Amino acid sequence: MVRFLAHRAIIAVLVAITVSIIGFTLLRLSGDLAAALAGDTAKPEQIAQTAHMYGLDRPLYAQYLDWAGKALSGDLGRSLFSNEPVTFLIATRIGVTIQLSFMALVFALVISIPLGVLAATRPNSWIDRMALGLAVFGQAIPNFWFGLILIIVFGVSLRWLPISGSDSFSHFIMPMVTLGVSIMPAFMRLTRTGMLDALESDYIRTARAKGLSAPSILFKHALRNAILPVVSLTAVSLGFLLGGSVIVESVFALNGIGFLAFQSILRTDFPVVQSIVVFVSFAYIFLTFLSDVVNAYLDPRIRLG
Amino acid sequence: MTSIETIRLDAALGRDSAVAELQSPSPRIVMRRRALTHPGFLFGCAILLLTILVAIFAPLLTSYDPFGQDLPHRLTPPVWSPKGSWAHILGTDGLGRDYLTRLMYGSRISLTVGFGAAAIAGFIGTSLGLIGGYFGGRIDAIVMYFVNVKLALPGILVALSLISVFGGSVAVVVVVLGVLFWDRFVVVTRTVTQQVRVNDYVTAAEAVGASRLRIILGEILPNVLNQIIVIASLEMAVAILVEAALSFLGLGIRPPTPSWGLMISEGRNFMFFQPYLVTIPGVAILVLVIAINMLGDGIRDITAPEGRN
Repeated sequence: MVRFLAHRAIIAVLVAITVSIIGFTLLRLSGDLAAALAGDTAKPEQIAQTAHMYGLDRPLYAQYLDWAGKALSGDLGRSLFSNEPVTFLIATRIGVTIQLSFMALVFALVISIPLGVLAATRPNSWIDRMALGLAVFGQAIPNFWFGLILIIVFGVSLRWLPISGSDSFSHFIMPMVTLGVSIMPAFMRLTRTGMLDALESDYIRTARAKGLSAPSILFKHALRNAILPVVSLTAVSLGFLLGGSVIVESVFALNGIGFLAFQSILRTDFPVVQSIVVFVSFAYIFLTFLSDVVNAYLDPRIRLG
Repeated sequence: MTSIETIRLDAALGRDSAVAELQSPSPRIVMRRRALTHPGFLFGCAILLLTILVAIFAPLLTSYDPFGQDLPHRLTPPVWSPKGSWAHILGTDGLGRDYLTRLMYGSRISLTVGFGAAAIAGFIGTSLGLIGGYFGGRIDAIVMYFVNVKLALPGILVALSLISVFGGSVAVVVVVLGVLFWDRFVVVTRTVTQQVRVNDYVTAAEAVGASRLRIILGEILPNVLNQIIVIASLEMAVAILVEAALSFLGLGIRPPTPSWGLMISEGRNFMFFQPYLVTIPGVAILVLVIAINMLGDGIRDITAPEGRN
């Protein structure tokens, strides 16, 4: 287990370094950043002065090392738009995004796991077909559009829920549903497939032969094995949600890091954008590593291997 | 049971299975039969074909110009509402442009982005998957390392930043999405390649001295092709959804080009009183994406029914 985890940890660190380089160079591809910063009417000498001021006239690797060194000590630079420290901007917005991601995740799990189990116990029944239909629908619906439809129905026609902002819990309900629906199909399919496989296995036949009760077989024996891949997917999804909430946060004007990233892209505020890209990537890498640890612990084949 | 009896039994069984094999239809016929009785596949095919035809023949199907503004007739409701008329079946938008016409021209963007991005992603992902799966070892580790880096990057955010840098033309969107969504091709191609490369015909090709390129392209690729088509359909659907989202956010296709996502974004200003401006293009995206997904699931069921679930 230690060897397995050490191997994973090394890969995680290498991936993190690569991602930080990509995140850093991403916005340098645009050509002359200094010209963009100095404005449309700037003269060549003003552009050169801006380049010097931001250190953009130095070689790219030196800029990267400088940036990475500061980033490690928590200094991600300042926003070109508001001049606030990027660390501060992210710290004040991350709570909203984490809350939204967790709510969406819980919403998706609460619906998809029971549905997946039910569908697997009765393959090809009406409930199985309904579950698959829901998965097809959830996979195909454009989530920004789904959000707008929710706003039209529940925000405007019925006036049940607030349509924008992040002040209270009720502000999070429509975004939660919108985001949750987009990740639900994967969980539903994975639970269903895992349960189908588990229910056909030898140990379930043994459990049945022993005369164990149906719920005990279903939940204690089958689901326990079927849930392993779902644990991995949960970690991966959480990482995906942190970055994937850009669209939903923008539709509902939720003040999280997704909305901040979107606004910063529009303002060509590159220190903020590159920091958020790298931050979200690191969160993803950390969460997948965490899921490896959990899986290694839950799965005796890895734990003892 | 005596040994003679066993031999007889074997012979009988052998003959039976040989006869059965001779009488059973060829795989091609079996597949055609499966295709023609698969409702999801037929539905997906029909909708995709219809969309392609509409995209190609849009100028013949409508007399309006997708960019032609007609301000006196702006925000005409669709034909099913009391104030609607057959002159504008789906009504007009905020600038008086015929909505059905824009919807028909908009399918060109969705299809181009879908096919284009899936083709680029398919090329990158399949190449990497074949290389990693065939050579294994350190080369495979490098390929998987690329996949891990790709998975760690927040795709939508990177796409948004790249498009804001390079500008929102159809070509840029196609390339950016193609470069961002190749990971599933790698994973699937690599797994199948690992299974196929131990087969006798690959060993035989190696023994007669066929070049590695020839083995990969001639012996392995044909075996992976079905799975690649299935993944391509899924990625095409994803690319269509992401293009719509990017255009909706204002960082995809630029106005006045009629992209479905952009139409929703423009309709958003009127969504409280003219909700059809938002609902119609959304339903178009939903139907096209469901059709493509069903087509992909259908192809998987038809070519490899054992791979279901």
